[in-house]
Amino acid sequence: MLWYALRRLVLALPLLVGITFISFAVIHLAPGEPVDVTGGTMNTKSSAQARQLLREMYGLDQPIAVQYWNWLGRIARLDFGRSFAPDGRPVLHKIGERLPVTLMLNIVELLIIVALAIPIGMASATRQYSVFDKVTTVFVFVGFATPDFWLALLLMILFGVELGWLPISGLRSLNWEYMSGWRQHWDFVSHLVLPILVATFGGLAGFSRYMRQSMLEVIRQDYIQSARAKGLSERVVIGKHALRNAMLPLVTILGLSLPGLIGGSVIVESIFAIPGMGQLMVQAVFERDYPVIMGNLVVVAVLTLVANLLADVAYGLVDPRIRLGGRGRR
Amino acid sequence: MRAVLLVLLLAAALAGCTDRRDDVAVSAAPRPTGDRAYGDTLIRALAANISGLIPNIVGDKYSHDAVALVYNGLITHDKDTNIVPDLAESWDLAADCRELTFRLRKNARWHDGRAFTADDVVFTYQLMSHPKTPSPYKDDFEDVTSVEALDPYTVRVRYKSSYANALMIWGQSMLPKHLLESYMLAGKLKEAPQNFTTPVGTGPYKFHEIRAGEKIVLVANPDYYAGRPYISRIVYRIIPSQATIFLELKAKGIDQADLTALQYQRQTDYPAFKSAYNKFRYADKVYNYLGLNHTDRRFADKRVRQAFAHAINKRDLIEGVRFGMAREATGPYKHGTWVYNPNVRTYPYDPARARKLLAEAGWTTKNAEGLLVKDGQPFTFELLISQGSDEGKKIAEIIQSQLRDVGVGVELRVLEWAALLKEHIKKHRFAAAAMAWSTGLDPDQYSIWHSSQTGPDEFNFVSYKNPEVDGLLERGRRTCRQSERKRVYDRLQEIFAEEQPLVFLYFRDTMPAVAARVQGIVPGPIGIDYNMYEWYVPKQLQLYMSE
Amino acid sequence: MKHFWQAFAKNRLAVAGGAVVLVLVLLALLAPVLAPADPHRPDVHNMLGAPSAKHPLGTDQLGRDVLSRMLYGSRVSLAVGFVSVGIAAAIGIVLGAVAGYRGGLVDATIMRLVDLMLVFPRFFLLLAVLAFLRPSIWTIMAVIGLTGWMGVTRLVRGEFLALKEREFVLWSQAVGAAGFRVVWRHILPNAMAPVLVAMTLGVPAAILTESGLSFLGLGVQPPFATWGNILNEGKDAIEIAWWLSFYPGLAILITVLSYNLLGEGIRDALDPRLRQSRRLAASRG
Repeated sequence: MLWYALRRLVLALPLLVGITFISFAVIHLAPGEPVDVTGGTMNTKSSAQARQLLREMYGLDQPIAVQYWNWLGRIARLDFGRSFAPDGRPVLHKIGERLPVTLMLNIVELLIIVALAIPIGMASATRQYSVFDKVTTVFVFVGFATPDFWLALLLMILFGVELGWLPISGLRSLNWEYMSGWRQHWDFVSHLVLPILVATFGGLAGFSRYMRQSMLEVIRQDYIQSARAKGLSERVVIGKHALRNAMLPLVTILGLSLPGLIGGSVIVESIFAIPGMGQLMVQAVFERDYPVIMGNLVVVAVLTLVANLLADVAYGLVDPRIRLGGRGRR
Repeated sequence: MRAVLLVLLLAAALAGCTDRRDDVAVSAAPRPTGDRAYGDTLIRALAANISGLIPNIVGDKYSHDAVALVYNGLITHDKDTNIVPDLAESWDLAADCRELTFRLRKNARWHDGRAFTADDVVFTYQLMSHPKTPSPYKDDFEDVTSVEALDPYTVRVRYKSSYANALMIWGQSMLPKHLLESYMLAGKLKEAPQNFTTPVGTGPYKFHEIRAGEKIVLVANPDYYAGRPYISRIVYRIIPSQATIFLELKAKGIDQADLTALQYQRQTDYPAFKSAYNKFRYADKVYNYLGLNHTDRRFADKRVRQAFAHAINKRDLIEGVRFGMAREATGPYKHGTWVYNPNVRTYPYDPARARKLLAEAGWTTKNAEGLLVKDGQPFTFELLISQGSDEGKKIAEIIQSQLRDVGVGVELRVLEWAALLKEHIKKHRFAAAAMAWSTGLDPDQYSIWHSSQTGPDEFNFVSYKNPEVDGLLERGRRTCRQSERKRVYDRLQEIFAEEQPLVFLYFRDTMPAVAARVQGIVPGPIGIDYNMYEWYVPKQLQLYMSE
Repeated sequence: MKHFWQAFAKNRLAVAGGAVVLVLVLLALLAPVLAPADPHRPDVHNMLGAPSAKHPLGTDQLGRDVLSRMLYGSRVSLAVGFVSVGIAAAIGIVLGAVAGYRGGLVDATIMRLVDLMLVFPRFFLLLAVLAFLRPSIWTIMAVIGLTGWMGVTRLVRGEFLALKEREFVLWSQAVGAAGFRVVWRHILPNAMAPVLVAMTLGVPAAILTESGLSFLGLGVQPPFATWGNILNEGKDAIEIAWWLSFYPGLAILITVLSYNLLGEGIRDALDPRLRQSRRLAASRG
């Protein structure tokens, strides 16, 4: 397994170069070029001269291959370049100042979702077609089909405007600087309650459905039946034997979610005015801020490769019969 | 849920509200006023992120708004858009507008304590004209031949030829030479710390703090040349969602925000809102239009464009898209400005007239689908709209339905903005587009209408060509007596109204709401923000403790 | 087959789910007959009207009848929901099965392709596609399907990795069953559980993705309505016109729920395990 993981890691490097090259080419060749986003309104005060100057400054007048080579050279020295936006700040700063919030929100959400989804999924599977099963099924699908913005606004109206229990938007109150230590923490946490609630409600359906479905499969297996026949308590049968085997799809889904940890939901972020990765990236994409887009892409690519490797390794842990790498079966 | 119910009731009660049509409107409940006092914080909402803090190299409105109080120009505008002194105390403009001498204020200081002098003015000019400065306002300074400091408080500017905008361009923010010169010379102005964390200006407010994507905090500048401003702190909160901004207003989390037309008309007329906020309304300098590509044979015929102008019911359009919060455009100039000419041909909604004009242009027969046909071709075209512009989309949907009534088929196509510009507008590969122009305070629109301005990065992308218009545009920007310019632009508007080079639709209104405790606001055609440093909150009404 | 129908018919919930799906499809097909008003004609004197006798589901920002727009919109939304999910599932199942069963280089190649697709900035891919194709409902179904198969691939592959080591598979291989037969008869049916979930969840996701893509100019253009578009356009008016986001949301919910019930019913009726364990028992016996 270790050998397998090492080999995958070594192979990841050329793969990474390949992925970035293809992406770089498509990003630069897709219609559009760096602009201010003003959605349909043009201003006469944006001189042709200035735009030509910017093109030259950014090297956009050079062939794609040359641009990519220059970019790769800089990335090799861990220089992600500077944003094309008028602030011209280093890409790493821009990503760095937004990543912590996004990462924290996403990790908390994922933990809550997994913590809730596993018991919900197990309970509805062991009691298939019971009232509990039906209610949770409807509940999680309601969560999944409810538009984020709808739920967010309803909660904001209720808890923010009507009851006044929680702040409506932002990360900190305006007088945050003048608060005592623990008040600062509470203030910060209270700003995050609603966004986390919204995201969790929406994400619960996926995990709990996978859990329920694969649990249903597992408990019909022979070895579960025989474990029961051996007189093991239901708790041991379900909690130990069945759960472990039912984790397989969850491992896959978790692996697929891992790179998403650094990407924020644009809708949730803009509704709650949270300065996270989602907003940064959408703006970068619409403005064709190539260095920021590519910087983010490199991080996502590395995370994806690592996550999928981790998932493959985890398969072996969940089900020791799984063998990876080596020669394929004939 | 109480408020929701209330809003629903009010929405029902409010359906017919059509009164005034001045240039500025205020709806304020009478309330006790108090004496001017220092203190309090004003929290404003910004709907988009800030892209840079040196306004001279930034194009977007939000970034400009956020630092408007940090910088000054040599001149500024009063509420009626007249040019008035700012950092320049007075000036002499030669009769031919080729020489301009400014006398600067002697008591203006940069926020870091240095005196503001003529050297800074010379520097700002150098910066704007430096080949490595990526400024969208570069063209403004093209006609300047020299800027000299005659003494520390006198600056003389010379121009290549007489230039109508000679004075106006000095509204550009003055920048500190001692901080930015090295960045300018290296061509790295964007990377200067003043552009992101520590902007230094001469304005009434000093920059205190920025949290990326979250907020910007300004604090009163006690050494401001016109005296310390009253409100101690101004906070700009970045809130991208209009719905959230509105909820924050309701919860009193922010003090000032621009309302949407829907909010203004249907969601803010209940007593609690009215007693907490004053609503204002003034015409913005942005107008929406239907752009038709003149290289398309069908649209080269002015009768077709005139027919469209008659076929589009602009009143319905304004009602449908802006809930009435806009005014029909008769040309590219806003009503209520000195240049506006009210005596031009107008296009009232008249489908019969439109059909007649189309018939004169040769569109006489109809096919089975009811579309006009000429030379065997049905009259259909594709109308491009920008993604993200809800307004553009609604305009297009209404136009589509109204043109169909006169036998013209319109297919709509939404495109992402950067792609729309690069692949269609710049390459002139489009039949029609529904967009908007943001105009300047000066009437010179050479770059939009002159027949020489049809290159890929240039703005006459509909390829409008008219020799008389070319002549007028050239004269307009080379003449500096307002009365003479007025004649030039009056004629220009007559031609535009007749020819409809773009089908002019409407000038939209801007509708800010400001917390009622804030006083000293004097709305004018230019808006309300121009005198923010004079706003105040009487002591007994102050909400936030300062310092 | 007969066996399947009997099992299916016994499952009342599944039959109900199937009936609702059928009704939805019928409503979509009969939209021109059922719609009370022209779904595209703006009426600026009747904007954001609450549900009434004339407009049972209210009117939208331009005064258009929401019920009519919902009916016409269901044609696009249902088609996109089902077809694009079908495309994604088909690709995902085939690639996942091949990767999981064959392993080795084949597996590595397919999985790296998955990695590439996952990392690839979808937005730019769409823009590039847009440069070559005219927007239409077919483009949008293809695009959503072709960019949405990676999750299914990894799920199926994970199942295959585990299942191919199980006794019943090893046994049937030992008896000399051909690879394809083993996969088709023995492994695939057992690997379908997570695919079913992915497909169920994929339907609403595709319906909403469609409106996002149409927004970029790919797919259905205004004034044509889809559930996703009506919902999105209702965003700004949510406080005074709840019906604009409520009804499309409800329609999507009903679709998912009935699709889910139907899917589970089919799966239970097909349940390979029961037959499998019977057969295994018989062969052991």
